[in-house]
Amino acid sequence: MLVLAILALILISTLIQAWPAFSYQGVSFLTSSVWIPNDPDGDGPAEAQFGTLAFTFGTLVVSLIALVIAVPISIGIALCLTEFAPVRIRSAVVTVIDLLAAIPSVVFGLWGILILAPALVPAYQWIHDAVVGIPVLGSVFGAPVTTGRNFMTAGIILAIMITPIITSVTREVFSTVPRSDKDAALALGATRWEMITGAVFPHSFGGMVGAVILGLGRAMGETIAVSLTIGAAAQITPNLFAGGNALPAIIVQNFGDPGTFPGREALIGCGVVLFVMTVIVNFAARRIVRHAEIRLKGATA
Amino acid sequence: MTESVEASAPGRQMPLELRRSSLSRRRRITDLVAVVAIFLCVAVAAVPVALVVAYLVRQGAGVMSWEFLTADMPRQAQTLGGGIGPAVVGTIVTVGFASLLAVPLGILGAIYLVEYGKQRPVARTIRAMADIMTGVPSIMMGLFIYVSFVLVTQNLNALSASLALACLMLPLIIRTTEEMLNLVPDDLRHAGLALGARKWRTIISVVLPAAIPGITSGVLLAVARAAGETAPIYLVIGLTYRANWSLFGPNTSLPAQIFKNAQEPFPAANERAWGAALTLVAIVFIFTVVGRFLANRFSSRER
Repeated sequence: MLVLAILALILISTLIQAWPAFSYQGVSFLTSSVWIPNDPDGDGPAEAQFGTLAFTFGTLVVSLIALVIAVPISIGIALCLTEFAPVRIRSAVVTVIDLLAAIPSVVFGLWGILILAPALVPAYQWIHDAVVGIPVLGSVFGAPVTTGRNFMTAGIILAIMITPIITSVTREVFSTVPRSDKDAALALGATRWEMITGAVFPHSFGGMVGAVILGLGRAMGETIAVSLTIGAAAQITPNLFAGGNALPAIIVQNFGDPGTFPGREALIGCGVVLFVMTVIVNFAARRIVRHAEIRLKGATA
Repeated sequence: MTESVEASAPGRQMPLELRRSSLSRRRRITDLVAVVAIFLCVAVAAVPVALVVAYLVRQGAGVMSWEFLTADMPRQAQTLGGGIGPAVVGTIVTVGFASLLAVPLGILGAIYLVEYGKQRPVARTIRAMADIMTGVPSIMMGLFIYVSFVLVTQNLNALSASLALACLMLPLIIRTTEEMLNLVPDDLRHAGLALGARKWRTIISVVLPAAIPGITSGVLLAVARAAGETAPIYLVIGLTYRANWSLFGPNTSLPAQIFKNAQEPFPAANERAWGAALTLVAIVFIFTVVGRFLANRFSSRER
């Protein structure tokens, strides 16, 4: 209850500031993807428009790309640390993960925009040439933008950034699996992989989902690195190699020069949309984890 | 184990085959592939770290000098040379003042939670607040400060940036300090009280000294986090080209300058961004490494 009250307080205080933008734009603030913050022709008929759907789309797409890349890798690292690695390797790996977590996001953004994005363009082109003409793949891996700043690059950078958090949470979860469960599986003749799928994963399913959702929340709220690498184009396209934009990124890009009224209010409105999305994700995570725990306890009892 | 196997099958001639080669080929290959993939994951994670650090050092070392760290920034992004002095000053001012706000408040808050509040409604409220604040995206914190402070005072300055950073640091410090205080054994507290010390006296002279390395570590990690934060600062700090040691008036910071210069098409600006990034990472690493060192020492002493 209390948590809800605090969240409501935060929501209301920003909502009040963003209200002019909502009343100016109406429902299409959420459902339109047209974002023209400057009045195109002064007193003329055309008006500034603030539709945020493209940014919501971009936020979701880059976060999903990041999860698809980061989740298997993080789980692999966590397994390696808890089940396989000898102590010396373990401490080296932990150091690497800590380094990864300590590097500020703006440095990843800098590396992404100046080094990674240009370097990936040939790879994008190659993939595009390989799948062109194939129905679904052809449009998902469409013609890449020449700068290399697109959904995919932003997703890769995000994946690097959320790997430490997912790794450290899954690692903690794996380390709570009882020694006896694992020994029992091995004693029954399971290979190490069968022990992992048979004893470790079922025991830690809830925690793993929690870790993934935590990573998703981080990915959705990450601003600077995404802003630098996503390409700043307000469009909805299935092409992952095209430029886009995300909710936090548009806020930080346009805040200094928000356009005609209610430009700044619309940006605060983007913040409200982002906030609601992250809250929904966090609550979903809690629910899933709780259900998984109940199921697990029910199974063991 | 082997005894019982032999005992249960006394007349059996064929030895029980427990070697790896007796597994079916499918199971053996699956296991091998999985284990190799797991170790590959570690290698894959190490690659970006190596690349980022390598580029950072290579590009950053080229422009690094005392001159670069102290000189004013050029007003035109394409100008060659110049430094990042104002950004260094801005980072020191904002992070310093944010720490000044958040560290005492966070530690006192955690002491209250562990020693006095426990499960009271007030304590539960503070814990819930801290949890929520760590989950909120950092840019939302910038927007809050903008809405609740900048719009009221009508000023973009280092003070508002410090407030945003303090809001981000506070929950981190509260949570880590709370954890560290919980690690202090109750025996110590009881011993202090049994000697006739008042509760506050016990906390100051027994509990805090026992937990201080861990608390320091948490504080340093929070400072490192705050120093690297860009988004909330960028919204509320304004911009300056001259060093500004004051909390008032527009200011700038290292992350803000990296963000700005990274987007410029001019090589001179990009070079300054690399130099600023190297400076920032050096600062963050010093705090992180010292923090981890203290944390490790603390945990090994606890055992």
